[in-house]
Amino acid sequence: MSAEVKGRDRVVGVVTPIVLLGLWELAAQFGLLDARFFPPPSAIVHQFATLVASGELGANVIASLKRLALGMLLGGVPALFLGLAMGISRPLRAAIDPLISATYPIPKSAILPLVLLIFGLGEMSKVVMVALGAFYPIIINTVVGVANIDKIYLDVGHNYRASRWQVFRTIALPGALPSIMAGVKLAVGMGLILIAISEMVAANDGIGYMIWNAWQVLTVDTMYVGLLVIAVLGFLFSIVLDEIEHRLIPWKRRA
Amino acid sequence: MAIASTLSRQGRPELVSSTPQLSLSGVSKYFGTSGFVALDGITMDIPQGQFFVIVGPSGCGKTTLLRILAGLDTQSSGTVAVNRTDEKRPVNSMIFQGDSLFPWMTVFDNAAYGLRMRRVPEAQVSDTVHTWLERIGLWRFRDRYPNQLSGGMRQRVSIVRAFANDPEILFMDEPFSALDEQNKLLLHEELLRIWEATKKTVVFITHSVDEAVTLGDRIMIMTANPGRAKAVLEVPFPRPRNVLELRQKPSYGDLVFHIWEQLREEVQRARQNAEGEKV
Ligand SMILES: Nc1ncnc2c1ncn2[C@@H]1O[C@H](COP(=O)(O)OP(=O)(O)OP(=O)(O)O)[C@@H](O)[C@H]1O
Ligand SMILES: [Mg+2]
Repeated sequence: MSAEVKGRDRVVGVVTPIVLLGLWELAAQFGLLDARFFPPPSAIVHQFATLVASGELGANVIASLKRLALGMLLGGVPALFLGLAMGISRPLRAAIDPLISATYPIPKSAILPLVLLIFGLGEMSKVVMVALGAFYPIIINTVVGVANIDKIYLDVGHNYRASRWQVFRTIALPGALPSIMAGVKLAVGMGLILIAISEMVAANDGIGYMIWNAWQVLTVDTMYVGLLVIAVLGFLFSIVLDEIEHRLIPWKRRA
Repeated sequence: MAIASTLSRQGRPELVSSTPQLSLSGVSKYFGTSGFVALDGITMDIPQGQFFVIVGPSGCGKTTLLRILAGLDTQSSGTVAVNRTDEKRPVNSMIFQGDSLFPWMTVFDNAAYGLRMRRVPEAQVSDTVHTWLERIGLWRFRDRYPNQLSGGMRQRVSIVRAFANDPEILFMDEPFSALDEQNKLLLHEELLRIWEATKKTVVFITHSVDEAVTLGDRIMIMTANPGRAKAVLEVPFPRPRNVLELRQKPSYGDLVFHIWEQLREEVQRARQNAEGEKV
């Protein structure tokens, strides 16, 4: 892809939402949209500034990010190691695969009451929800990533007398990395969904709580600010993850 | 099966020691429950320092045999004896059929792989890899990834990866089959130059009779289905060899013709068998 085409794509990507926001603003101002449900963007921006100034928004964002980060670690790290081990060891895969296949289809949101029962209303329940959401895409993608490594690379490893640990470090991990990164991206998306849901039900701060509270007291502007912040967070995460992928997987840069 | 006695090569008689480096006796390999016979009773001695070439039609079991010799597979029956001459060096390194460079490692890291796996100090790894990459003209590409190289360059890196590991035996499975004629010729010259300097035992697989005669000391022709040793020929040309001059000699043409005659039968038989399977 040429730089010119890339640049054009980027411009189009920025212009489209701005045009839509402009239309929304006009429609709300002229009463074409019901401002109780669809307040004009200017009102949302105003509310955004107010929430930032009061520190309320910052506190909620930080609360959510903290849970998200802890949950990603709690779910992602074991998923990564277990996934790599399963990818290498056929017996381990045979033992654990059915468990994963059986529990994976359960909607994580449906487990929330059980998690609340076990972990209570404290921080841990929210962290565990994110961890559950992160665990599955990462472990599944890691196993697939290792299992799909071309057998010839393992033969090379054996021919050069690589130890089990060396095979793990020099072949299984780098070979599975593209697939693992795809799993991490899915996991972050899943984490955002689950943190919003769990905070709506069982928290006194966080973006999810902010949105839910806004619905209860009918400050629709705040609700939109919450949605906007989640959207922006998702977008920022995808940029950061793309950059991490770019650095971690330099051999995919110029295929 | 008769095995021609080993002639000492001109200029390097000391390389032919009394105990062979590799000694195969009745090596057979069956696959699957149907007991498909891939190899049938291969018996063969390969002296230390010899460039041994195996030619045969596709599917006759060449790769299978090489993998057994390298210890990547086990034979169904028969024995393989490997006689070490230097316990400190690795026994063998394999140049695999097809692309086998790690896509996630740079040229340098790929070339250094064997040395690093046996925990050679990094300074020495660096020296050795530098020397080899320099020798084969790839030092300035050391930071590239395999997908940024041409097919010929990738093949040269695989060769460096194996040679840099300094094994006693080198196994090469059709290393040049994917290359164009010009590249092939250059790599033949390079390989001969390197090999003549390092005195390693080489077992080299190829489809190309020209390649076999150009490079080898001894050539084993294999039959197809089941894979057997049909004939073993000595290649009488002295070393060091000049690839182009060699091909002008009438005796070169005679040898190539002789091998082709033997192979043609096998290729035809292999084809008939394959068609029989389809029905
Ligand atoms: N793992 C396996 N399971 C079953 N059959 C196999 C297996 N590996 C090889 N074979 C069969 O054994 C025979 C020999 O295969 P091999 O790969 O050694 O052939 P080859 O001489 O190297 O062929 P080519 O020149 O095409 O590389 C083939 O008929 C192949 O189908
Ligand atoms: Mg083969």
